[in-house]
Amino acid sequence: MEHLVKDQQLTFKDFSTDQDVRWCPGCGDYAILSAMQKALPQIGKEKKDIVFISGIGCSSRFPYYVETYGFHSIHGRAPAIATGVKLGNPDLSVWQITGDGDALAIGGNHFIHVLRRNVDINVILFNNEIYGLTKGQFSPTSKTGIQTKSSPHGTVDKAFNPGKLAIGAGATFFARVVDVDPKKMVDVFVEAEKHRGTSLVEILQNCVIFNDKVFSVVTDKDVKLDNQLWLEHGKPMIFGKENNKGIRLNGLKLEVVTIGENGVTEKDILVHDAYCEDETLHNMLVNMTLPEMPVAFGVIRSVKAFTFNDKLWEQISHEKTKAKFSSIDEVVNSGVTWEI
Amino acid sequence: MTKNIEELEEVVIKFAGDSGDGMQLTGSQFSNTTAFIGNDLSTFPDFPAEIRAPQGTVAGVSGFKIQFGSTSVFSPGDEADVLVAMNPAALKANLTSIKDRGTIIIDSDSFKIKDFEKAQFTSNPLEDGTLDGYNLIQAPITALTKESVTQFDIENKSRTRSKNMFALGIVYWLFNRPLDITENFLDAKFSKSPELAKANKAALKAGYNFAITVELLPSNYTIKPAALPKGKYRSITGNIATAWGLLAAAEATKLKLFLGTYPITPASDILHELSKYKNFDVISFQAEDEIAGICSAIGASFAGNLAVTSTSGPGLALKGEAIGLAMMTELPIVIIDVQRGGPSTGLPTKTEQSDLMQAVYGRNGESPVIVIAASTPSNCFDFAYQAAKLALEHMTPVILLTDGFIANGAEPWKIKKLADMPSITLNMATKKEGWSPYLRDEKKLARQWAIPGTKELEHRIGGLEKQDISGNVSYEPENHEKMVTLRADKVKRVANFIPELSVQGASEGDLLIVGWGGTYGSILTAFSELTKEYKNVGFAHFNYINPLPKNTNKVFSKYKTILVCELNSGQFIRLLKGELSQFNYQQYNKVQGLPFSKKELINEFTKYLK
Repeated sequence: MEHLVKDQQLTFKDFSTDQDVRWCPGCGDYAILSAMQKALPQIGKEKKDIVFISGIGCSSRFPYYVETYGFHSIHGRAPAIATGVKLGNPDLSVWQITGDGDALAIGGNHFIHVLRRNVDINVILFNNEIYGLTKGQFSPTSKTGIQTKSSPHGTVDKAFNPGKLAIGAGATFFARVVDVDPKKMVDVFVEAEKHRGTSLVEILQNCVIFNDKVFSVVTDKDVKLDNQLWLEHGKPMIFGKENNKGIRLNGLKLEVVTIGENGVTEKDILVHDAYCEDETLHNMLVNMTLPEMPVAFGVIRSVKAFTFNDKLWEQISHEKTKAKFSSIDEVVNSGVTWEI
Repeated sequence: MTKNIEELEEVVIKFAGDSGDGMQLTGSQFSNTTAFIGNDLSTFPDFPAEIRAPQGTVAGVSGFKIQFGSTSVFSPGDEADVLVAMNPAALKANLTSIKDRGTIIIDSDSFKIKDFEKAQFTSNPLEDGTLDGYNLIQAPITALTKESVTQFDIENKSRTRSKNMFALGIVYWLFNRPLDITENFLDAKFSKSPELAKANKAALKAGYNFAITVELLPSNYTIKPAALPKGKYRSITGNIATAWGLLAAAEATKLKLFLGTYPITPASDILHELSKYKNFDVISFQAEDEIAGICSAIGASFAGNLAVTSTSGPGLALKGEAIGLAMMTELPIVIIDVQRGGPSTGLPTKTEQSDLMQAVYGRNGESPVIVIAASTPSNCFDFAYQAAKLALEHMTPVILLTDGFIANGAEPWKIKKLADMPSITLNMATKKEGWSPYLRDEKKLARQWAIPGTKELEHRIGGLEKQDISGNVSYEPENHEKMVTLRADKVKRVANFIPELSVQGASEGDLLIVGWGGTYGSILTAFSELTKEYKNVGFAHFNYINPLPKNTNKVFSKYKTILVCELNSGQFIRLLKGELSQFNYQQYNKVQGLPFSKKELINEFTKYLK
């Protein structure tokens, strides 16, 4: 890693602050915080060069608990603030912490534009499919029909699929994890930091108060092996309790098959290609939903592309080599001037 | 007939035509040449919001007014001595603002029945007596332009396009101006299509020669150079001066300049200008919306840049919450509001001063920020620089108000040197000992700027209420009240660091005329005229709105009446009444999207004078 600090290896503890963590007992956010504090010593940056930017919502309290530079901003605007930080000082490692309401409702515009530009920041999206801090209204990722305080008769809204939205907006990196799998979270955070460009990590996060167990069909111990597909670049898409289920391409659709049945062998199973620029496969993977298909996890898409900040600073360096003016005094004296 | 050369002191010319006729370019060329030969001047471009409004209609008329003279010129003037009307609509739109016996130059080729019907004249104004009493010069401009460019290899549709240059040629002769500045400009503008450059120059020359040859023009005029202070000059508009003032502040502080902005009329020229200077480490970021514009600037400010966002009224409304965040986190940021006619989308290309209340109060909670206002095109340079200085030294957002009138208007500027600008002292935290995120210096109450990348100063800020000194989140009642007071005091104390209010004319008397921001030139023009007759009147113009200059009270106490003139329904006067209620205030307001005229101001002033 480029900035590895060998002489003072940081640990989990170095990234804890003296502030009391104020999430509800049992909230998925604790596990995410802890995974982040474990991931940060692995990214090879000094604390002084790491910045956490958040918007508003339960998840957005996160920066107060991480011993780096931090900015708890206003609702939905963290991508714009993070963009300003990264452009202003491209040497910083910039992390945006957001939730489904913050990123996809009030901040939807900034969310798609930061992805479109591919600014080199990491966006950690805590998706609990509900508004927690305002006490339980449906969000843009809530499933249609959900009854909440603001939808007593059930919602008639259709939900966003964050991965689909992100890929549509031009995301170069998309990963999905669950809050109950800390080790995988750590790995994915490290991968997100390595990727140059906007890295979006969607975390399925349980809200114990307003939307408890919404992901239990995916995360419960007895179903998780059958309902989660963990992707790894270059590896076949195999899952299941018996590790014998796989994903096969059938025409233009993905389907679940069982290895050893109906003549299916491992050779028929799709091999994950996260680096492929064409987003067709990645779109199909993020779209997979229960009960027909397992839910895809891990790094689904990670493609190389130029970043906004690199290109901008390349332009700045280039303009310096051919600049007409070297000072403001030269600028104000340029063009038509006259003496009196 | 022999040609006479008459000497004039000052002249107002209005160029008017369709929005596609190139009137803005014609006007600015005339301004540049006029400035170059040493006249003082002031310009007023006035154009519709539509890029190409329906041709030939009054709604589509684009105008450019310039007043120039051998004495100081503070405003673009009222009624025109010369109107150049490229079509009947341009004539119609300006009929009421030409001086008696003024000169009207028209393109007779565009005065066919169809043309004056489009302009909603019921009969031909050239024949029905409408123009009696004016010196009417009818020139077949379109036809002559076509003829003058026959030898050039250009597209057919370009053949009549140069008619604005033909008209400019006539006016150049009329006012005895040289052609070379515009010729050089055309060479540079069309460097990639030399035939177009030649054609335009030929049309310009043809117009000039036409004026010499025909005997329609009884004389031409000369206007001696103005007695301006010695030095090197250039012509400058307010938006360009604003951009350059920011460049100057960035160079003075060695900070990177970050502009996070969304395009909006009439502020976009600031974005265009600053986008040219990447070589100075200028990061110009065209964001996805107004909110992202300011938020990216706040991020850049957190990261240690000189951060700026530029906008106009509707954009300022959208930025309100973010300005509150910058105020709460006590980060330096400059917000430029080039005011235009409101409310809502309002009159995007017209001028107004109706964002004052929004700038001072337009946020949730008690959210004081510094508000200053530039008052001439050229002093936008000084006030943009000053906005940056105040933001950085006091660690707070600063709103700089300009307006469409001074942003697009031009005047000669005695070029400043960076070395002559006041120094800017940065307030950087560099080491942990004795530092806390919200620890303040005693004089200014400013906190220090601890930017990411600085060892051991890792800390968290945000929009939640801060605990005094530590900056940790605090919901404690007494602390909240203390912080509200501290933030208010911080801005109030800026009064100790800004110039006092100065008065022109009588330092005591019956009447003090008060203005602020972009109306300076208009009021001064009327005031100068007024004082030829009246001596018991003073004029004080405000550039500092929040806080007010320290001596405001003292100045006001010397006059029987304080007359506050503004291009809104009375916003500054409300602020003054709130701060200094003991005076006898009167107000004069205009909300037409237009600057004050000298005549209407003098009429008003004399009501209060014996």
